[in-house]
Amino acid sequence: MIELTVNGATHRVDVDPATPLLYVLRNELALNGAKFGCGMGQCGACTVLVDDRPVFSCLYPVSSTAGRRVRTVEGFGTPEKPGPLQQAFIDRQAVQCGYCIAGMIVRAQALLERVAHPTEQQIREHMNPNLCRCGTHMRILDAIRAVAATGELHRAGEKGPAS
Amino acid sequence: MRWRRTGYVAGAVLLAGVIVFAAIAWQPAIPPVKSPDIAITPELVSKGRTVVALGDCAVCHSPEGHPAFSGGLGLRTPFGVIYTTNITPDVETGIGAWSLDAFMRAMRHGVSRDGHLLYPAFPYIHYTKVTDDDLRAAYAYLMTQPAVHAPAPRNDLPLPLRFRPALAVWNLLYLRPGAAPALDASPRERGRYLVEGLGHCSSCHTALGIIGGESGRYLGGGDVDGWHAPALDVLAHAPRPWTVEQLSAYLTTGLASEHGASAGPMRPVTDNLGDVPPEDVHAIATYLMTIQTSQPPTAPKAGAVADASQLARGHALFDGVCATCHGDGGPMETQLGRPPLAASSALQGPTPRNAIMMVLQGIPWPSHPKPTAYMPAFADNLTDDQIADLVVYLRSTTSQPPWPDVRDEVRRARKDLSHD
Ligand code: FES
Ligand code: FES
Repeated sequence: MIELTVNGATHRVDVDPATPLLYVLRNELALNGAKFGCGMGQCGACTVLVDDRPVFSCLYPVSSTAGRRVRTVEGFGTPEKPGPLQQAFIDRQAVQCGYCIAGMIVRAQALLERVAHPTEQQIREHMNPNLCRCGTHMRILDAIRAVAATGELHRAGEKGPAS
Repeated sequence: MRWRRTGYVAGAVLLAGVIVFAAIAWQPAIPPVKSPDIAITPELVSKGRTVVALGDCAVCHSPEGHPAFSGGLGLRTPFGVIYTTNITPDVETGIGAWSLDAFMRAMRHGVSRDGHLLYPAFPYIHYTKVTDDDLRAAYAYLMTQPAVHAPAPRNDLPLPLRFRPALAVWNLLYLRPGAAPALDASPRERGRYLVEGLGHCSSCHTALGIIGGESGRYLGGGDVDGWHAPALDVLAHAPRPWTVEQLSAYLTTGLASEHGASAGPMRPVTDNLGDVPPEDVHAIATYLMTIQTSQPPTAPKAGAVADASQLARGHALFDGVCATCHGDGGPMETQLGRPPLAASSALQGPTPRNAIMMVLQGIPWPSHPKPTAYMPAFADNLTDDQIADLVVYLRSTTSQPPWPDVRDEVRRARKDLSHD
């Protein structure tokens, strides 16, 4: 049995310790936001936050979560009450097929929590690992910029690790 | 009276010392020029492009996210952070007002145009060997690049080291100014010239002494940015001995089919060498293979054989995290022509450092995509203990004895990274 905390709730799952976190999230916990794209750390569709850092959950052994906080896109808002990034993605219609979007939002969240008003260069460098096969990058960046301008996701007083 | 006389003597000695010191530390400013003071021809510029690539100038002066040659990379030295400067022809913040003489003096003596001494993080102790012709060409090339206004960030050094004239003493110890004597054109001599001069290989591949001078065995291995820069004089004694062909392929493409991919600080170097004439890379490889020691290096102290439970944990992690790409018959081997993981230099080497760094940092996407190697970074995915289990397991798949103290080494490597 492995115990893990996802979006504030603690779960116990019976899986092999080397199972990628992505499979546990999707198959055991029915959190289907994070997607399987490549399974090789090359696309970012599976990005989730572990202790506020974005990680590829397809290459993240579930046993690594011991004592750490996992957050997924489901934790950022609900269909009725979307979080700031979710709302901005909707407003700017940053979604084509949607496959990459959960990963995009999660990775952007990590940056905006740590840096109140990131520069264009910081945003681009930070988002670099995530690919959108539909090519909506311009709208994705636009949505992130909109939230960056408000600074509302920034966690005041929290000094995040350098990226 | 005696005291007074001693006082005079001490005063005189001090004064003499100050005069001698001022004489070696003081360098005049070289008058600014409005435009390059040599005739710039397309041939010279194109030759300069190769010289600049062989000199690896871009590795430090064109960091990720900055315009080409505009500097701004923070070099972590044991003494503090030194930022690379702008070498575009911008008059105010770059070298736009530099004459050829000013450029040559900087390259040969480590002196800026205005006369201040440059920190030896800039490898003028090697560039001093570069021929006049090559320096002229490099000057012509750099002076025809787009000018970028980019003042260098302030160095982060403790107070005594901010006193640059003190570098004159360092220069007395380590700088032997002057171009290499005329060379015959054999590949070996050409290679030696490139290794010792432009390529400045020993900046990383020779161990540094306490005041930052190269003081270990020449090319006997060093440490840079948390990675181990392997000894270049024992390549012939590697478990799979290196050859000129393997070395040339490695330096040009960043990949040797028997040894693996370049990574860490070597990655931008191999990126650069992909752009120089193949004969030059071949010459470098040829020369390096002639400086091999006759005896194999003494084997480092082996660690205890890992217990079965650690190996089992490492194996399980490998299956979950690495096998998609690196497992038997995985895409790395079957599609991309990479050697089996167990053959890679990182796993065969004398210390676990590079294997650990590989796991922590991976190989980032290059900013100018070309056929390349990529590996995600696992620093945030794996705990120190998991990395240790993984690395111990991977080492056990080679024919080499176990490494000692892998767990502590992971902690140290992680600490080195956290200074970034
Ligand atoms: S699925 Fe994880 S990076 Fe592509
Ligand atoms: S919207 Fe389709 S992959 Fe990004």
